[in-house]
Amino acid sequence: MNSLICISSVPDTTTKITFDASGKELNKAGVQFVINPYDEFALVRALEFKEKLNTGKVVVISVGEADVDQVLRKALAIGADEAVRIDAAPRDARFVAEQIAAYAEDKNFDLIMGGKESIDFNGSEVMGMVAALLGLPFVSFATRLEINGRIAEIRREIDGGAEVLEGSLPLVLGAQKGMAEWRIPNMRGIMAARTKPLTVVKPVEAKNYTESIKFDLPPAKAGCKYIDPKNVQEVVKVLQEKGVI
Amino acid sequence: MSVLVFAELSGGKLKKPAFEAASYASDFAQSQNLPLYALVAGHNVEEGEIKRIGEYGVEKVLYFNHPKLEAFVEPVFAGVLKAAAEQAGARYAVMPQSYNGRAVAPRFSVLWNAALISGVTELARVENGKAVVRRSAYSGKGVETVLSHGERTVFTVKANAYGLKPNPKSVSIESLDFSPAEKDFDALVSKRIEKASDKISLTEADVVVSAGRGMKGPENWGIIEELAETLGAATACSKPVADVHWRPHHEHVGQTGIQIAPNVYIAIGISGAIQHLAGVSASKTIIVINKDAEAPFFKAADYGIVGDAFEVVPELLKAVKAAKN
Ligand SMILES: Cc1cc2nc3c(=O)[nH]c(=O)nc-3n(C[C@H](O)[C@H](O)[C@H](O)COP(=O)(O)OP(=O)(O)OC[C@H]3O[C@@H](n4cnc5c(N)ncnc54)[C@H](O)[C@@H]3O)c2cc1C
Repeated sequence: MNSLICISSVPDTTTKITFDASGKELNKAGVQFVINPYDEFALVRALEFKEKLNTGKVVVISVGEADVDQVLRKALAIGADEAVRIDAAPRDARFVAEQIAAYAEDKNFDLIMGGKESIDFNGSEVMGMVAALLGLPFVSFATRLEINGRIAEIRREIDGGAEVLEGSLPLVLGAQKGMAEWRIPNMRGIMAARTKPLTVVKPVEAKNYTESIKFDLPPAKAGCKYIDPKNVQEVVKVLQEKGVI
Repeated sequence: MSVLVFAELSGGKLKKPAFEAASYASDFAQSQNLPLYALVAGHNVEEGEIKRIGEYGVEKVLYFNHPKLEAFVEPVFAGVLKAAAEQAGARYAVMPQSYNGRAVAPRFSVLWNAALISGVTELARVENGKAVVRRSAYSGKGVETVLSHGERTVFTVKANAYGLKPNPKSVSIESLDFSPAEKDFDALVSKRIEKASDKISLTEADVVVSAGRGMKGPENWGIIEELAETLGAATACSKPVADVHWRPHHEHVGQTGIQIAPNVYIAIGISGAIQHLAGVSASKTIIVINKDAEAPFFKAADYGIVGDAFEVVPELLKAVKAAKN
């Protein structure tokens, strides 16, 4: 079984987000970029299948410029066999999906997985679009995946509960918490990652569907109004004003 | 040219996500002087139920009835949405950013050859024939303005961001003419649905009572649940609390959990780490109860009580109950 894991390079979750004066760009100085946490669940689950079945390979792919090589190396250190970077600044979700679909089209991956969303754009768009472009079934918010031969059993979150689905490979999934545990690469993995292949591929032409105009910070809070713990009646008043009670 | 809104059903019923999307779509259609259509797709949905979408400004419904549509089948819904958009002559489609909305929007946008802008928080404008809209980004730490270059555009509306705008209309129902491909039904088969509970869904909830490690152990959650129940609120928790299984995973809010934007968020014994705030800072009013005056959460709060949860929460519960009677 061969898997393709789609990886987005995102600011570490502790990052205090600020933008440059034009509002066009994130201030990247001092920001640590990491594998999008949801993509990492997908990666680890794919590695678990490979380890269990003792066959197949796990390829990681990212669309980005040379600065994303570092997260691809980290994915190799965690255990992926090969990395592919599509050499282009990601313009929007559709652009990224077109690149991944073009790469995957003739490679017969059994499983194509990424995160349910990236923690920078929060779109939940890329994996579903990859599935659509390749004409494959898609399950998002997948919290569990078991594979038996060619049959996959997937648990996905839905509004107010969960659903268990069955389908045959190949499939496209968006992973979230529950799928696997994050792994910290060990020294051997880090050493091995240096010699694993990281191939840089030219992007394909793709139409522009959306354009990011600018970023702003969310409006700041007016400040905290403190209420004396002995005076919870004050909280009740707030709840009444907000129409809660 | 028109606007199509996906009036999503949940268990055969129209719920808040559908009504919020309809509120958004009807205001948008009005601002652009365009007719509005809603798609309702399900199996033997009662006419009275379908017409409830009229409470939020919809006059025309395209109804698609199919025996296999009791379950949500993503590729089928993508096809139905495209067919509805074509029958309505739509240029814009609006859908809730619910689990199913998010699952189907990408394929629908590809099939319909449309731009997709997800998680919009404000009404879109149209400038020089192109839609411009603000959306939530960086897990709530940023707001992005996006321009659509598509001839068609799909928006998904972030839950609780736009709110409900009642605007009663009388509804006419037209059936949608479409036959989905059998293979779209067969690709993935639903084995079973596990209901989390009959409690209020976290993303839709108007009020959320959330607690963290400050509660010391799962045995102390009784008071949290009781406060939530009294307020008609959903319960949530911080990540470490879910990690050690004090609370179920689906309650975990934050950057790596669920992102929510309720009207009121009450945080009890939660420090307010940046990853936690990322998931809840879009809440309209935040009330923090924490015994540490230095807890970072107070910086993100509208109202704060510096005090011991084990004393403050029971008092608050008593006061709320008294006020309700
Ligand atoms: C990659 C990554 C992703 C993460 N994602 C998330 C996420 O999505 N969501 C999330 O929540 N966290 C996330 N975290 C964890 C986050 O950094 C914090 O560790 C976590 O939010 C802290 O949870 P807490 O506030 O419940 O616990 P603590 O930080 O231990 O805080 C407990 C609070 O309770 C207060 N307290 C103690 N006793 C009482 C009492 N009797 N009465 C009142 N107050 C009391 C304390 O003063 C303290 O402020 C993530 C971390 C990482 C590294």
